[in-house]
Amino acid sequence: MRFRFTQFAVDTYSARRELLDLGAGGYVSFEGWVRDNNEGLEVTRLEYEAFQELGVKEGERIIGDALQRFPIKHALCIHRVGSLELSDMAVWVGVSSAHRGEAFDACHFIIDEVKHRVPIWKKEHYRNGDSGWVNCERCAGAPVHAHEHA
Amino acid sequence: MQLKIHYYALMREQAGRSEETLETFAATPEDLYGELTARYGFTLAREQLKVAVNSEFSDWARPLSSGDAVVFIPPVAGG
Repeated sequence: MRFRFTQFAVDTYSARRELLDLGAGGYVSFEGWVRDNNEGLEVTRLEYEAFQELGVKEGERIIGDALQRFPIKHALCIHRVGSLELSDMAVWVGVSSAHRGEAFDACHFIIDEVKHRVPIWKKEHYRNGDSGWVNCERCAGAPVHAHEHA
Repeated sequence: MQLKIHYYALMREQAGRSEETLETFAATPEDLYGELTARYGFTLAREQLKVAVNSEFSDWARPLSSGDAVVFIPPVAGG
């Protein structure tokens, strides 16, 4: 599986090994971390929930799209679910390719598509005691994809 | 007709359950969302959602069949 969910901390060392290729001259990765603020509110922790059965299908399609669109060797994305603390890694994307340019481009493409297409929801807990599902409550009425949060 | 509904995130909290089996006359996901909004008071407009039937994205006008599994998909926020 080139897209998967995990309840545990992402093992980037193992994940990176899945991208090894004798024809690859480079590797680019992206880590999304839990930040302590969002839209003016102090965030203390997060919960991620996913519709995993559809999520892995859509995630696989995104990796497939990246492999068609960019001349890369391998790509992999791992997304956390469950409860996360500040600075925890929420998502990891890795891409290997012959040359660096396409690896950077594909990595950027994959994280953007994952944020927009994969059925994952994020509940933020705030210092002031409130909590809310991002894009569903505080942004209610706003068009989907109107906000970027990484 | 009997349908299986799974709820996630905000909709799970508003429905007060993560899944249920429902006896309904709703012919399409669109009809079903109207029926469930009347029951649970979902705050998200239909236009903000996507819908999946049997774990694949679906059209809102797709005819539903007995045994189908339906998931309403609120605005996503991965990453």
